[in-house]
Amino acid sequence: MTDTGFFGRLSWDSFPIAGLIENPNANEIVANAAAGIVIVGVIAVVGLLTWFRLWAPLWRNWLTSADHKKIGIMYIVFAIVMLARGVLEGVVMRAQQAAGPGDGFLEAEHFAELFSTHGTIMVFFVAVPFVLGIANYLIPLMIGARDVAFPVMNQISLGLTVSAGMMLMVSLVVGHFSTGGWTAYPPYTGAAFNPGVGPDYWIWAIVVSGIGTTLTGINFAVTIYKLRAPGMKFMRLPMYCWTIISSSILIVFAMPPLGVAALMLAADRYLDFHFFTNDLGGNMMNYANLFWLFGHPEVYLLVLPAYGIYSEIFATFSAKRLYGYNSLVIATMCIAVLSFTVWLHHFFTMGQSALINAVFGIATMMIAIPTGVKVYDWMATLYRGRIRFSVPMLYGLAFLMLFVIGGLSGVILANPTVDYQVHNTLFLVAHFHNVLLPGVLFGLLAGYNYWFPKAFGFRLNEYWGRVTVLLWTVGFMLTFLPLYFVGLMGMPRRSFSWEDPSFHPYMIVAAVGALVILLALLSVVAQLWISIRDREKTQVPVGDPWDARTLEWSIPAPPPAYNFAVIPQVTDRDDFAAAKERGDAYPRPEKYEDIVMPRNTAIGFVLCVLSGVWMFALVWWIWWLAALTTVLMLLAFIRWTFRLDTEETIPAEEVRKQHEAWLDLVQDSTPVDRDHEIAPDNRGLAGPDLEAMT
Amino acid sequence: MKRAPTHSYPGLNLGRRHAGADKASEVVTFGFWVFLMSDLVYFGLMFAIYITMIDAQAGGPGPHQLFDLTSIFTQTMILLTSSLTVGLAMLALKYNLPRWRIVFWFCMTLVLGICFLVLEMRDFMAMVEKGGIPQRSGFLSAFYGLVPLHGLHVAAGCLWLIVLGIQLRVFGLTDLLMSRMVRLALFWHFLDLIWIGIITIVYFGGLAYG
Repeated sequence: MTDTGFFGRLSWDSFPIAGLIENPNANEIVANAAAGIVIVGVIAVVGLLTWFRLWAPLWRNWLTSADHKKIGIMYIVFAIVMLARGVLEGVVMRAQQAAGPGDGFLEAEHFAELFSTHGTIMVFFVAVPFVLGIANYLIPLMIGARDVAFPVMNQISLGLTVSAGMMLMVSLVVGHFSTGGWTAYPPYTGAAFNPGVGPDYWIWAIVVSGIGTTLTGINFAVTIYKLRAPGMKFMRLPMYCWTIISSSILIVFAMPPLGVAALMLAADRYLDFHFFTNDLGGNMMNYANLFWLFGHPEVYLLVLPAYGIYSEIFATFSAKRLYGYNSLVIATMCIAVLSFTVWLHHFFTMGQSALINAVFGIATMMIAIPTGVKVYDWMATLYRGRIRFSVPMLYGLAFLMLFVIGGLSGVILANPTVDYQVHNTLFLVAHFHNVLLPGVLFGLLAGYNYWFPKAFGFRLNEYWGRVTVLLWTVGFMLTFLPLYFVGLMGMPRRSFSWEDPSFHPYMIVAAVGALVILLALLSVVAQLWISIRDREKTQVPVGDPWDARTLEWSIPAPPPAYNFAVIPQVTDRDDFAAAKERGDAYPRPEKYEDIVMPRNTAIGFVLCVLSGVWMFALVWWIWWLAALTTVLMLLAFIRWTFRLDTEETIPAEEVRKQHEAWLDLVQDSTPVDRDHEIAPDNRGLAGPDLEAMT
Repeated sequence: MKRAPTHSYPGLNLGRRHAGADKASEVVTFGFWVFLMSDLVYFGLMFAIYITMIDAQAGGPGPHQLFDLTSIFTQTMILLTSSLTVGLAMLALKYNLPRWRIVFWFCMTLVLGICFLVLEMRDFMAMVEKGGIPQRSGFLSAFYGLVPLHGLHVAAGCLWLIVLGIQLRVFGLTDLLMSRMVRLALFWHFLDLIWIGIITIVYFGGLAYG
């Protein structure tokens, strides 16, 4: 790491186009096409922004905004962009395996890069930002607050997550990403076996996005503990907020192990330390333990918020109070605690005694108990409800059926003796996709459909929404259910090449399924496009299109920057539903007060750019640049602490004017019953529903 | 009978005399406690790694050759005294004592922090001379992963003190600065707590089991 010049170890050969020129083949074409998509995408975005003169509004209204709602939306946009890349990589991998028996069209190294980036992106840059984005948008609205506890820190979190994600995009264009899988086990990812830049891309992306996520966890925890509206006791919180509390706790305690592991790996690679090396006393089992000490809580950190989304959706679209609220709260907190006691089941075969394996196996199976409680609570919520099969509900039903299969295959894997047979096979791949797609992704998409009208003031297209649900569900089943069988037949995961002809039919079906998933992704885009085109017919300015139950629906859609004109006084769980029953859901406040809101600041964006350059410099050993950006980041932050005018005041008169105008709109709107929920006359004012039962 | 809470956040509260700063501190100090919890997990894991690697000396120098308890004793006394001085600064702040007393105790804290860092660097240099470099063995990697991490925290605390000193000159003793001082004091006590862990586990534990 010493003899490096001005550009570090960066050279012409670092660009994939060099490989294409020297050796044109299918593998290089795929790699260059990917790099090309990134470059064309960047040029297209820059071009469009310039053409429509959007740079100034983008800067003013979005990039420098400290509004939790806008930060949430930016998180989600980022997640969906990364989702597109992750899905494409998945399709290429399935195509590669379907092209067998034999070696397919990719080289082994390239295939390894694909499964490494696919895993890293889907976990850290799709699932996490999507979850955090929705939570960012909703938490203050649900608890009756004006913003999160630390709006600027929120902006910094977003900046760090995005810059880390950008590193994965950069790795397509300059150099290569890691081939060590999303878990990056040493010693394979150590300097001795992998001297290139790949593992370094992984390390810094993980460290920086990990810091961003930790800050968000702190932010959400403090927001929910400290900023609840008067009367919003803990047991009156919407179920979704409970799941975010437990996710925040998981973040605060589980992200450090990941940071420690990645930084220790960096010390091994950059400074020749011996934490995980094969020689001089290194111990790679420490890495496995640290990584999964993070990794297992991580999956609950992702799935619990999805459970929260489903809880809200099942209650709303059944027109019933959520069944078993207390048991759901207890189950959620049990899962949060238990998730820290099971990490070892990720490496049953790595040399522990049978007793230890048994202990962790039993602990793992115990998680099925609170999860089972939840599934029954959800079904009981549906029971004798006034059910509407709207898009979020359809996602929810697909989830209930498919997730149970995924969960039960997890119980099978939790048995160490069985795990010895199927570990490292496609059975495992089928299992975790079976919990992550119907569990996390369907939940997030359901939440996206459910809260979209709140955020943008118009509903998403129902027909295309249903097409999307169908495509995701069918695509998921075709792609991943065959992998259970082929896994039991002994096909290892992550193999770019295979020989046994009996695998072939399953591989073909899985590849077809991957194409259906690609169509599902396209139909997400189509739904959004068509919904924006037809937005005049789906306006819901009053703000309550689904006759929903929680506070966020009691305000206009889209909500004003300050969320609540007057902070609500909460008297009940499902306070808004209770108010609608009493008939005073839209009271006229007697007086208004000045509202203090965080002012725009560029610090998040500055840190985003600087941390991006910093990571790039470290990956390519450009030491002067790394040192420079370190100092600049420190100075930027210190300079920011000297800023005193961090808040601005919205005068009471302006709040009154806006709020009164909306209240007049409420009065003039015609309420609709649930039979007309998706008709154009649903303007967001819910009327009494004769069939509804409470 | 239910008593009204007298503390709006754990630790030393600024109290009635500084109602504005006290109120401003409630949410942010709680957040800082949560951050410290997360940071504590970092250290906890590094301690665990160190414990698993005490034996991984790979024939290189071990605790008996490398550790100098006299110097550690001096560093401990310095750091514990700095916790006392930061506490005195906070009491001066809370009870509205003359401004120079607050500044004096913070300056003492800064001086002691820097002394600690100098002694620690001297220790590391002595270790390097005896061949105790992190590249030598897993044990030394774990040592250098943990103890300098604490040192880095002390350095960050010193930088924070300097920035606060400048801000005190620029802005005067505002509510915002008082609230920052509350958090700085918490951070400083946290550093002390970690150091107690380090002398117990890294130095004494190393000598007993290494």
